[in-house]
Amino acid sequence: MGETFILEHLWYFIVGFSLIAYVILDGFDLGVGMLHLFTRKDEEKRIFLNAIGPVWDGNEVWLVVFGGALFAGFPDAYATLFSGFYDLAMIFLAVLIFRAVAIEFRSKQKSFVWRCLWDTVFSLASFGIAMGSGLVLGNLITGVPLDSAHNFSLSIKNLCTPYPILVGFLAVSLLVMHGSIYLVMKTEGELHDKIRRWSLRCMFLFAFFYFITTCATLIYLPFMADRMREFPLAGLLAVAAFCFFSWIPRLFSQERDGFAFIASCLGIASLLGLFGLGTYPYLVRSSQGLEENSLTLYNAASSLLTLKVLLIVVLIGIPLVIGYGIYIYRTFRGKVRIGPSSY
Amino acid sequence: MDAVTLSRIQFALTSSFHYIYPPLSMGLALMLVVIEGMYMKTKNVFYKQMAQFWTKIFGLTFALGVATGLVQLFGFGTNWARYSRFVGDVFGSTLAAEGVFAFFLEAGFIGIMLFGWDRVRPKIHYLSTILVTIGAHFSAVWIVIANSWMQTPSGYTIVGEGSEARAVVTDFWAMIFNPSAIDRLTHVILGCWLAGIFLLLSVCAYYLLKKRHMSFAYTGMKIGLVSAAIVLVLQLVSADSTARGVAKNQPAKLAAIEGIYKTKPYTPMGIVGFVDPKQEEVKGITMPGLLSFLVYRNPETPVKGLEEFPREDWPNVPVVFQTYHMMIYMWGAMVMLVMLALYFWKKKRLEQAKWTLRGIVLSVMCPQIANQTGWATAEMGRQPWVVYGLLRTEHGTSVSVQASQVFSSILMLSAIYLLLFILFIYLLNHKIQQGPEGGEAPSEYRNIYPK
Repeated sequence: MGETFILEHLWYFIVGFSLIAYVILDGFDLGVGMLHLFTRKDEEKRIFLNAIGPVWDGNEVWLVVFGGALFAGFPDAYATLFSGFYDLAMIFLAVLIFRAVAIEFRSKQKSFVWRCLWDTVFSLASFGIAMGSGLVLGNLITGVPLDSAHNFSLSIKNLCTPYPILVGFLAVSLLVMHGSIYLVMKTEGELHDKIRRWSLRCMFLFAFFYFITTCATLIYLPFMADRMREFPLAGLLAVAAFCFFSWIPRLFSQERDGFAFIASCLGIASLLGLFGLGTYPYLVRSSQGLEENSLTLYNAASSLLTLKVLLIVVLIGIPLVIGYGIYIYRTFRGKVRIGPSSY
Repeated sequence: MDAVTLSRIQFALTSSFHYIYPPLSMGLALMLVVIEGMYMKTKNVFYKQMAQFWTKIFGLTFALGVATGLVQLFGFGTNWARYSRFVGDVFGSTLAAEGVFAFFLEAGFIGIMLFGWDRVRPKIHYLSTILVTIGAHFSAVWIVIANSWMQTPSGYTIVGEGSEARAVVTDFWAMIFNPSAIDRLTHVILGCWLAGIFLLLSVCAYYLLKKRHMSFAYTGMKIGLVSAAIVLVLQLVSADSTARGVAKNQPAKLAAIEGIYKTKPYTPMGIVGFVDPKQEEVKGITMPGLLSFLVYRNPETPVKGLEEFPREDWPNVPVVFQTYHMMIYMWGAMVMLVMLALYFWKKKRLEQAKWTLRGIVLSVMCPQIANQTGWATAEMGRQPWVVYGLLRTEHGTSVSVQASQVFSSILMLSAIYLLLFILFIYLLNHKIQQGPEGGEAPSEYRNIYPK
């Protein structure tokens, strides 16, 4: 095991870590966004918005870090993925912009039409981001038609095959559940009880997709379990994911909402861990010549010096980020109150 | 049109539109540090209301900056895949550093800045404002360093050949402090400050004309005019240093922005005019020897003309000539307006100087145009290279992306950006019409004039 080997793996973990951080953190923003249309009252909608108001911006930055980390550590994978999924990437960017703008502008005018319009945009954009991420992850599992120069091109039509769509719905149901638990934490009174009932329904929906996706993966894409056959200990991750998710309803019935949210976060982390475990060592799996054409963390990585510099950046930066991230979440902890500077 | 041209159009579109907002945020952040600092010092609620008003506008520009910035980050991968592979080793580390150090600082503490007025103590709020300001400047640092590396690459070696070629970092600090980095960074940051300062001035001048929020407007004017005067002088120094850097590191670019085809002593500088690319000369008013003097401090020393470089390495001379001079005219316009305003201020007649005030209301466009044309000069002057001397622009695009795809995305992005711009202007106007809270209080605003 050389230095290069260790640094490449370390950087693989860092990219994975930023993806997990993004899905956990922006995930509840997206969940709240998707639930946004299910409440009628304007006041409740504003509570929804302000539950994520001060933090969603910081959460979205994890996507930037993920993009930056991928660009820095594995430039080949970054270039291949974004140019290959060109159409989807452009739509993804459009919905990201629309979500940001909807949050920012929705409460700036009192007009009913104005608010209705932005509410719809906010909700649909959140759905689009979740669904789009699921589609990409699904395609990365099934593989893409990567040629020997590491190029591929998939139009929207071609990337919407059954398995990726299933992963898309899994992502949507997971994030809706995640968001609803977050809202339960941030609300009180009648609204709190209402969302609590929603949350239970979301859990059933997620359990359904979780079951189907697991079965489909094991039957049609058995290589996803290869690592577990090689190292049975890795199978613990699958057990962990199952335990975390089945723990949520139990904690929920005991009204330990905070812990339920933590369990949901850990569940998401294990699920993405399983994705990494199943696709390792491939970053982009080629459906046309797995061995020769695929991008792995070895052939896509940056030079040793860059990886070292990046590691220093991350070692200094990430503790700072986590430190003041915690401070900011503490500042805005507790139930949502609407004030003059609220959305 | 081919995918290369379309991708260039798309990049020009997304970066120009993006670049409306970060400069405003950076400049306003700086102003907020000053205004909130005055609140901390005097404990006068007036300054707090002023800071709250500008914080709201800051929030608006910031949100648009983030939304359009995402397109920038992923735009390298979508449209410039070969470029991304080529520079990934160099460019990636600065982008990752930007994400980790700059964006988190900004995006984290902006929550406290916008929503934390009642949640945290004033000192913590002020600290948040300062941290957001530092974060905003940090992101400028990283991105300008990366861009400067594309202008003046250093600290690297080329590995591989043909389409497999990659620039690989050999000396990290030489890469960061590449020859043009510091000059260009200073120039960019000062330009950003001007954008924010002139937005402040413009809004205050508008209130003075309409006789609304007078004390608020006078205080803003005072802070804005003093800052503008200082920054405009600094910008002149920075411009001089930057231009001499270009003369040294990218002589073809300098020759193009002044339309110099032949190398001869007493090289002139164009004042106003146009380039005739057929006859290879500048038509209009030129000042003989000025360029030689500015670059070498000696009117006789010749500046290298385009004839010394192969024709296929020439940028588009007529365009960069105009964008460069437009930037200078805008600087001149700002200087004139600030001098006029300071003169009327001294005479205590600023309120009656209607035409000067109207000029200042419009002057918000000056730094914007200067920033845009300045970047156009820098980027188009680098052509036909995307990385100067190493990678041609036409070899930087994505192989797998077709012209029709880029065409569709240009249409989509144009529509979205147009919508965003209309919303931005609408909401900005709405906020300006609303005015600051308590700004109408009948305080003795005339006392704000210097004694």
